[in-house]
Amino acid sequence: MNAATPKITTDQIRLLERLTNACAVSGDEGEVRSIVLEQVRPHADEVKIDALGNVLVTHHGKGENRLRVMLAAHMDEVGLMLTNDEEDGIFRFDTVGGLDLRQLVGKAMLVGGEHIPGVIGARPIHLSTPEERKQTLTLDTLRIDVGPGNSAKVKVGDRATFATPFKRLGSSLQAKAFDDRLGVATLIELVKNPPDHLDLLAAFTVQEEVGLRGARVAAYTLDPHLAFALDCTPANDLPAWDGSENEQYNTRLGAGPALYIADGSTISDPRLVRFLMQTAQTAGIPYQVRQPGGGGTDAGAIHKQRQGVPSVSISVPGRYLHTAVSLVRLADWQNSLALLHAALQALTPEILAAER
Amino acid sequence: MKALIQKLVETFSPSGFESPIRQIVRTEIEQIADEIQVDALGNLIARIGPRGEGQHSQGTRQKIMLAAHMDEIGVIVTHIDDNGFARFTTLGGVQPRNLSGGRVRFLNGAAGVIGIERLEKVTELPTIQQMFIDLGGSERKSCPVQVGDVAAFERPFAELGSRLIAKSMDDRIGVAVLIEAMRQLKHTPHDLYFVFSVQEEVGLRGATTAAFGIDPDLGLAVDVTGTGDTPKSIKMEVGLGKGPAIKVRDEGMLSDPRVVDWMVKTAEKAKIPYQLEILERGTTDARMIQISRAGVPSGCLSIPCRYIHSPSEMVDYQDVLHAVQLLVQLLSQPVKIG
Amino acid sequence: MTDLLPFLKTLISAPGLSGHEAAIRELIAAEWVLLCDELTTSRLGSLHAVRRGTLPEPRPSLLLAAHMDSIGMMVTSRVGEFLHITKVGGIDPRVLPGQLVTVHGRKALPGVIVQPPDSLLPAEYQNGPLPLEHLLVDTGLPAAELGRLVRPGDLVSFAQPPLTIAGDNLAGHSLDNRASVAALTHCLRELRGRPTAWDVWAAATAQEEETLGGALTSAYHLGPTLAIAIDVTFGASPGSPSHKTFPIGKGPTLGWGPNIHPGLHKTLKALAERLEIPTKLEAMPRHSGTDAFHLQIAAQGIPTMVVGIPLRYMHTPVEMISMKDLTRVGRLLAEFAASLDENFMDGLKLDE
Repeated sequence: MNAATPKITTDQIRLLERLTNACAVSGDEGEVRSIVLEQVRPHADEVKIDALGNVLVTHHGKGENRLRVMLAAHMDEVGLMLTNDEEDGIFRFDTVGGLDLRQLVGKAMLVGGEHIPGVIGARPIHLSTPEERKQTLTLDTLRIDVGPGNSAKVKVGDRATFATPFKRLGSSLQAKAFDDRLGVATLIELVKNPPDHLDLLAAFTVQEEVGLRGARVAAYTLDPHLAFALDCTPANDLPAWDGSENEQYNTRLGAGPALYIADGSTISDPRLVRFLMQTAQTAGIPYQVRQPGGGGTDAGAIHKQRQGVPSVSISVPGRYLHTAVSLVRLADWQNSLALLHAALQALTPEILAAER
Repeated sequence: MKALIQKLVETFSPSGFESPIRQIVRTEIEQIADEIQVDALGNLIARIGPRGEGQHSQGTRQKIMLAAHMDEIGVIVTHIDDNGFARFTTLGGVQPRNLSGGRVRFLNGAAGVIGIERLEKVTELPTIQQMFIDLGGSERKSCPVQVGDVAAFERPFAELGSRLIAKSMDDRIGVAVLIEAMRQLKHTPHDLYFVFSVQEEVGLRGATTAAFGIDPDLGLAVDVTGTGDTPKSIKMEVGLGKGPAIKVRDEGMLSDPRVVDWMVKTAEKAKIPYQLEILERGTTDARMIQISRAGVPSGCLSIPCRYIHSPSEMVDYQDVLHAVQLLVQLLSQPVKIG
Repeated sequence: MTDLLPFLKTLISAPGLSGHEAAIRELIAAEWVLLCDELTTSRLGSLHAVRRGTLPEPRPSLLLAAHMDSIGMMVTSRVGEFLHITKVGGIDPRVLPGQLVTVHGRKALPGVIVQPPDSLLPAEYQNGPLPLEHLLVDTGLPAAELGRLVRPGDLVSFAQPPLTIAGDNLAGHSLDNRASVAALTHCLRELRGRPTAWDVWAAATAQEEETLGGALTSAYHLGPTLAIAIDVTFGASPGSPSHKTFPIGKGPTLGWGPNIHPGLHKTLKALAERLEIPTKLEAMPRHSGTDAFHLQIAAQGIPTMVVGIPLRYMHTPVEMISMKDLTRVGRLLAEFAASLDENFMDGLKLDE
C-alpha cells in the first residue's frame, strides 16, 4: 500500500532545468507541452490535448468506486508579446499576465520560437535627469531591441520571455518561471509514481496567468470528485525597511509546502485542508499555511465547474516570482512532492463523506 | 417572522464557512421540503414539487430556481503578532470605513475589537493593512485564534418602528423571505428549487454550481438592494417602505425583460406595492444563474436596504412581508417564459 | 433581398440594447430565414440560424458569431419634465451632450441629451466634462405626460441617422456590432446555392456589451467544433494611438494571442492571401475584448478565432466603417466555411 516516496535527484533537477529554460508564455505553451508529452506518454493510460492545448493525462486505478482526483499544474509563464514593428529591430510590446513594469528595464529577453536574443534597454543615466529617474518607465516608453538586421526572424505576435538560465546555488535553485514549472515537474513525477487505488487525472493546463482559462475547460472535461492545484506562491520573507516585524510575508522559504486556506480565487474545501495537515503531521513532513487573501490558482476555476469540485491548492514558496530571476529551496520542493505523494496514497472516498 | 429573522441575522457564517447558518436553515425547512440536499460547495438545496390545486395543469410545470445567499461578509486572520494582535484580510466587500471600533465574533466563539494604527493624517481612511483585531490578550501563544480563522461582525438585531436593523440583512433577509414563502406556499404547478447559496459575497460562486446542477427553466434571486432615500445619497428611485423592488438591472446583469414583465403584472394583479430597481454598484446570484449552461431567463426580487455592508443594515418589515406575498403569488401560478 | 448597404442602415436604425434585443433580432431573422435551413432563439434571446452540411452525422459544425446588441442608456428616474439616465455598455459621457436620442417608453419618444448650465452644477464640474449622473434627457413633453409614458428601466437609444460618407463608407451609431452582423449576412449570401460539408451556424448573440452572456450560452448549447467571432476593432483616427489602430478600408484584422487558436489564424491568413483580401495581424496579448473570450471556454473548450472590422470612433453615435471591409469579411468567411471538409480538424495544429 505505501509506495516509496519519490525523491528529487539529478534526473528531476535536469528535467526542471529543461522546463524553466523553455519559453511558454500564456497562449503559446508548445515548448513545455512537448516536454510534458515526452515525459508522461510512457506512464499514462490516456493522453489528450484539448482545444486550448491542455494536456489531460489519465492513469486508472484498480478497484470499485474509485475516486477521480484531478491535479492541475500550469504550463504557461508570464511574459510579453511584440505588438508593433518600428523598424531597425525595435518593437513595441505588451505584457501577458501580471508583470511589474519596474522589473523589465535593462533585461535580456528571448524572442519567438527560435529564442532570438533581444534587450529591453534604457536611456543612459548620463542623458536623464534626477526628476525623470523618479518616474516609473511606462509601457509606452519601453521597447524590445533585437538588433538591426534581425527583423526577418522576429515579427509582431511573437512572445518574449526573460533570458534567465537555470542555475543551482547549493540548497537553492535559481531560474525564471518556477511559477509554475515546479508544479509541472512535480506533477510529472506523480504521474510516474501514481497511486493504484484511485483515478489520477493530471491536467497540465494552459493560460492560468491570463485568467485560469485552461483549468476551467479541463475540469469540465475531466469532471473529477476533487482537485488539487499545484502552483508556486510568493515568499515575501525579506526584512522590512525599518526592522519591524514582517507581517505580510505570504510564505517563507524553507518552511515547506504552503497550504491554502483561502486566496483571491478560492476558499479551499476545509475537509481537504484538514486532510493535508493530518497527512503531513503523520508523515513528519513540514508545511506552512499561506497567508489568506490575494492571488489565485487553477483551483479558482476548477472548484466552480459543473456542480462544484472540492478543491485545495499546494504551492512551493518562491521569491521574486513573475520577475526575471526567481529563487526556491530544494527542500521545499522535495517536501511538496512528498506531501502530495503521501496525500494521494492516503486518499479515500470517506474524505467527502461529511458535509463541507 | 421577526423571530426567524433575528435567529438568522445573529448567526455567524462568513463566505466559505456556512456550516452554522446551514444548520439553522435546514432545521427551519426540513419539515416543509420534499427533498433536501447539500452540494459539493455547501449550497443547501430544497425542492418543493407540484402540490395543491392546479398541480396537474398540463404544460405549465416549470423548473424554477430561487436563490438567497446564506453567507455574509467577514474577515480572516492573516497573522498573529508577538503581542497577540491579529492582522486580517477581508472575505467579500468589507469597507474600511465601516470597521473602526467594530466588534467581531469568530466561529470558534472568540470575540475581538477592531483597532487602527496611528495614521499620518487623522482625516485619511485607513487601509485594511493598517487595522488589527484585539482579542484581549497580550502575547501570541495565548491568542485564541490562529492564521486562517474567520469572523463576522457582531451587532444584535434591533427594531425601530417598522424598520429592522442588524448586520447580515444582506442576505439573511432573503433567506428569511424564502423560508417564509416555503411555509406559506399552499399550491404550485412547478418544481421549485429553493437554493440557500454559499460564497455569494466572494464572487457568486455557490449560485454558479447550484444553477448548473439544477438546470432550471427560470431563475430568481432574492437579495437586498440599495436605496436613494437617505441624506445626499446616490441617486436611486428605490426607498424603504415603498414595497419590494423588481430588479431591472444592476452592475452585473440585465434582468430578462419577460421576467420583469411577469413580476410587474403579478404584483399589479395582486395589488402588492412594488418598485422598479436600477442598481449602479453591486450584483447578485442572478448574474450567474442567467449565463448557466444554455442560458436561463432570470431576474431578482430585491429587499430595499439602507447601509449595506455596514454592521447596521436596515430594512422595512412591511417590504419584507410584501416580498413574501409577491413571491408566493409568483410561484403559485403558471408561467411560461422562453 | 435588400442590398447590403440599405440592410445595414435598417439594422442600425432599429433599437437593440444589451438585454433587450427583440426588435433587432426580428429584422435579422427576416433576412436569415431566406438564407438558412432553420432558425431558433436561445433562452437569452440570441438568434441561431443553421445551414445543414452534407457530411454524415455526427457532423462537425462551424459557429460564426456576431453580437447584435448595442450600447445605449436607460432611464433611472424622472425629475419634473427631465429624465436621469445610466449607461448600458461602455459609454464616454463626454460624447453625450447634444445627442439626439429616442426614449423607448410606452411609446417611442424623440429627445435630446442636455448639459445643464454651469450655475446648476456642483462647482467641481463647471467648465469641465460632466459625469453621466448630471446629464439629463429633455423630450419636450410636460412633466405629467412624461410621467405617464416613461418609467425607470425604459431604454434610451441614439437617434443619429445613418450617414453615407464618400468612398463607400457609412457612419452612425451601433455599427458596433451591426456592421459584423451585416458582414455575416453577406457571408450567408455568398454561400447561397453552395453546399457545405460542415453545418454552419450563424449566431447573432445577445448581451455582449454587458456580460458576453449570449456567446457563452450559445456556445454551450450548440457545441460547435470551431468558433469565429466577428467584431469591430479600433480604426485609425485622430486622437487614437496609431500603434493600437488599423486603417479602415484596407481589409479586416485577424486576431492573434491566447484567445485565438494559432492554427485557425494561419488557415484564415493563407486563405485571405489566396483570395487577395488584404489583412493585418491584430495582436491580442490577453483578452480579445470580443465574444471569442467566452466562446473559447464554453464546456470542454473550443478553438476560436477573431476577425475584426476596423471602425473609427467606437462607442460614439458617429462610428464609421468601410463597406468594402464588410464584404471582404463576408467573402473570407464564406470561402472558409465552404473549404471545411472531414479532414480539416486532423490538420489543425496548435504547435508547429
